[in-house]
Amino acid sequence: MGTTAELTRLTAHELSDLLRRREVSAVEVTEAYLERIQAVDGQVKAFLTVTADQARKAAQEADRRFATEPAESLPPLLGVPGALKDNMCTIGIKTTCGSKILHNFIPPYDATVVEKTKAAGAPILGKCNMDEFAMGSSTENSGFFPTANPYDLERVPGGSSGGSAAAVAADEAAWALGSDTGGSIRQPAAFCGLVGLKPTYGAVSRYGLVAFASSLDQIGPLTKDVTDAALVMNLIAGKDERDATSVDRPHPDYTSFLGREIKGLRVGIPKEYFVEGLDTEVREKVMAAIGALANLGAELVEVSLPHTEYALATYYLIAPAECSSNLARYDGVRYGHRSTTAPDSVTMFKKTRQEGFGPEVKRRIMLGTYALSAGYYDAYYLKAQKVRTLFRRDFEEAFKQCDVIASSTTPTVAFKRGEKVDNPLAMYLSDAFTIPAPLAALPALSVPCAYSAEGLPIGLQLQGRHFDEGTLFQVAYALEQALGLKRRHPEIPTGSGKEVR
Amino acid sequence: MITREQVDHVAHLARLALSDEERERMTSQLNKILEAAGKLQKLDTTDVPPTAFAVPIQNVFRPDEVRESLPRDLVLANAPDPERGFFRVPRIMEEE
Amino acid sequence: MSRYETVIGLEVHAELLTESKLFCGCSTEFGAEPNTHCCPVCLGLPGVLPVLNRKALDYAIKAALALNAEIASYSKFDRKNYFYPDLPKAYQISQYDLPLAKKGWLELKVDGQPRRIGITRIHLEEEAGKSVHSGESIIGSEFSLEDYNRVGIPLIEIVSEPDLRSPAEAHQYLERLKAVLQYAGVSDCKMEEGSLRCDANISLRPVGQAEFGVKVEIKNMNSFRAVLRALEYEVARQTELLDSGTAIVQETRAWDEGRGITVSMRGKEEAHDYRYFPEPDLPPVVIDREWVERLRSELPELPGPRADRFVSQYGLPAYDADLLTSSRRLADWFEAAVQEYHDAKAVSNWVMGDLLRLLKAEEKELDELPLTPGHLGEMLKLIDDGTISGKIAKTVFEEMFHTGKRAADVVKEKGLVQISDEAELARIVETVIAANPKSVADFRGGKEAALGYLVGQVMKETRGRANPGLVNQLLRDRLSRQ
Repeated sequence: MGTTAELTRLTAHELSDLLRRREVSAVEVTEAYLERIQAVDGQVKAFLTVTADQARKAAQEADRRFATEPAESLPPLLGVPGALKDNMCTIGIKTTCGSKILHNFIPPYDATVVEKTKAAGAPILGKCNMDEFAMGSSTENSGFFPTANPYDLERVPGGSSGGSAAAVAADEAAWALGSDTGGSIRQPAAFCGLVGLKPTYGAVSRYGLVAFASSLDQIGPLTKDVTDAALVMNLIAGKDERDATSVDRPHPDYTSFLGREIKGLRVGIPKEYFVEGLDTEVREKVMAAIGALANLGAELVEVSLPHTEYALATYYLIAPAECSSNLARYDGVRYGHRSTTAPDSVTMFKKTRQEGFGPEVKRRIMLGTYALSAGYYDAYYLKAQKVRTLFRRDFEEAFKQCDVIASSTTPTVAFKRGEKVDNPLAMYLSDAFTIPAPLAALPALSVPCAYSAEGLPIGLQLQGRHFDEGTLFQVAYALEQALGLKRRHPEIPTGSGKEVR
Repeated sequence: MITREQVDHVAHLARLALSDEERERMTSQLNKILEAAGKLQKLDTTDVPPTAFAVPIQNVFRPDEVRESLPRDLVLANAPDPERGFFRVPRIMEEE
Repeated sequence: MSRYETVIGLEVHAELLTESKLFCGCSTEFGAEPNTHCCPVCLGLPGVLPVLNRKALDYAIKAALALNAEIASYSKFDRKNYFYPDLPKAYQISQYDLPLAKKGWLELKVDGQPRRIGITRIHLEEEAGKSVHSGESIIGSEFSLEDYNRVGIPLIEIVSEPDLRSPAEAHQYLERLKAVLQYAGVSDCKMEEGSLRCDANISLRPVGQAEFGVKVEIKNMNSFRAVLRALEYEVARQTELLDSGTAIVQETRAWDEGRGITVSMRGKEEAHDYRYFPEPDLPPVVIDREWVERLRSELPELPGPRADRFVSQYGLPAYDADLLTSSRRLADWFEAAVQEYHDAKAVSNWVMGDLLRLLKAEEKELDELPLTPGHLGEMLKLIDDGTISGKIAKTVFEEMFHTGKRAADVVKEKGLVQISDEAELARIVETVIAANPKSVADFRGGKEAALGYLVGQVMKETRGRANPGLVNQLLRDRLSRQ
């Protein structure tokens, strides 16, 4: 089978087919990806850590299984290399969460999704860059370096799962896992021309995912197409006894929704998502894609989500409040960075945290601490939790009239690096459409629907009912087939790559 | 409005030794964000219950069974200052 | 009579007797090497999550039922945020506005009258770790060493109403609370191992005044006796201040065991702002009636009702009943012995007398003994049938206590059978009379006490084995003759 470049351009399910037919070995596939990383990651900077040795070992083991076990009993992603956002704990492998405060942290345990990935025989190529503690929308808040958008290296890949998205978009991994708290999977998926799913809260175990905002965080796939996203969801979904918030209900085979017709399915168009601030070109392309759904027989319904304008304010109280508590453990006592010059513990805590956290993380810790502090709790945190109830009700009402809700994933295409970094409010606005779903715990998926005139990807977001990822896959797949949008493979200058041993 | 003094108090609660320049910037940025968040006060939520769990889950337990703990070398493997099986920290009480 | 009334409220923390910790599978066993009962969850490593131990919840509910509290049908956990080296997550998972139980009470006996002490709330939370200081105490220590074995052991916090009116009442409340928790089988309440801890709020007010005085919080009391002493000290200190017209400062004070005083912790503890909010990692707990009733049915008879029953069923004095029911083990032991022997008061006398004395002297626990209630029953029967005297029984009991031999065997081995043979005793009586002419003369001269001396001499001759009643009778008969 063809050249290295051709191999890495394939989707995960295409690779899986080749592997199953024994037309290529898992070792060859993994080597192709490691070569690709070496060639382009110096430009893209998607990875914080490349785990070449582990990946090669997993690939050898996959080949052994291909040789000895009957094909039908083999896991679908056996031998298909993926990448992890660096907020998922990996036993014996540095897990930094994009933060200097964890620059040297080596977990003694695997996250549940990592265990599942290993058990399924998918080689893990490495750990991807991210906004520090998943706080950001551009991966510029990484404590180490920014990641570039493979479609335009001057632009951001989105965030906070920017490294994961850039890795898949640049063909440095067949698939990746990201995490989404306010849009951190869907927004980079949209910016990088990928499918990205934030599952229903509780559908995927959070055990081993370094917490940002516990009531919102979910792990989900970033893939080259809808089929891959369904395959990865099959791998990671399910109840975990170590996560009390993971839901105890059997999940369907998500691939079973692919190819089902969408005739008669009601697609809601929320008027509050088509407002000022939505880029004209993005709006046109998204509307055109929605038109394609109508052509397939879907019924378009205008719906209203009246509290949408309050989403940002709600999110920027709840998420920082939870983060201020979740990030309190980074105190320099048990792991991670410690300031060595402090004479007493209180000073040590303060200097450790001052030195270890970047500006955005500090800003959110401050905001959250304030929102929870005596005298302000009711006005800020409790108020936000009440408004959260209003979001749930908005969606309950809307889903009486429709089966999925379609909109643009982001107000604009990928923006330039540095453009918003000094203006937190402007940066936060890029998450306006992705924030409501986590607040209501709903599943939401971004699927590529067009390229802009400049050649930048545009994503269409589908939001669904609780645990109804199936319908999202059904509609997204139908759209993917109808549009026939060919994934563009961005040209990335090679040569000044990173050393991969 | 959040004042410089409040920022200092919150920084102490959050155990952050902010620089002077950061305190200044933080004060103005927090004010902008809180002003935007103030928008919520317009909503009447008198009879609205708060949502802590957006998905209805309750009564999730584990049985009272002892599982193996980590070997101590792994417990201390990431420790910045391990000492005879403990984690060492500098003086807990500040000087008088 | 003091011009002030004392008002005390207690906040008690008791560790629950689960095998594993509240939110992870690490062992709760006491006394392990430092940091060997730790896992990613209790160490607060990034990304880990708590899962609630069902048994800890059951135990907390049982404790609350034993304390007559109302169990919440809906309860949840909250995070209490504060930084401290012994707190790995920098928050403690606790319960804030929706505790597991509210409005309980515990009954004391004050001047022989029952008095109910209100319990405000009972909630479930996790333990913190332990700091070992380089110096003698936390103050002045250059560094401290953190041991996280204890982190995450389940605790219940029991907050009383300010209903206690003296240090002695507070002490009795603790004794009673300990007994109830031990009866319920939810905590071993060992203060020396830290599995029971107590903080106190105390204030004084002029007799007749309705409003409370300024309260002072006392910490660092490591035994029931320390609680009593610290509160007594504090009553005296506050009385003196009030008498001299000095205002009491609301503050936290630490009990200094060595010096026997409380010292201000002012300035050592900042004003806390714990920023409580609902714990997003733990779903709420919904407790239905059936669950509560099942746990209630598992509770044994508690000390109060049991003492009442001891009075009505066995005809014991209230004092005996209270003492015997102060621990479940002791009360169980007593009742088992009553099964073996009909006279409950006689059993009670032996249990409260020789048994408790020996236990205390030997620093032993009841369940460590080879001695069983059956041993006592058999021995009491030997007294009844005249085989041994009550005096000899003390020797027999002590031997059984140490060796676990049956009473009859001890009597046989040691030759302790009572001499009730009249002819044999008469001979000894003759010898004693001949050897003690002065006592004989005294008795005949009207000194009744002299008889006692002579009986003693006969007992001495027989090494205590003589039947005392018979000896008495023989002596009187012999001395009334000339």
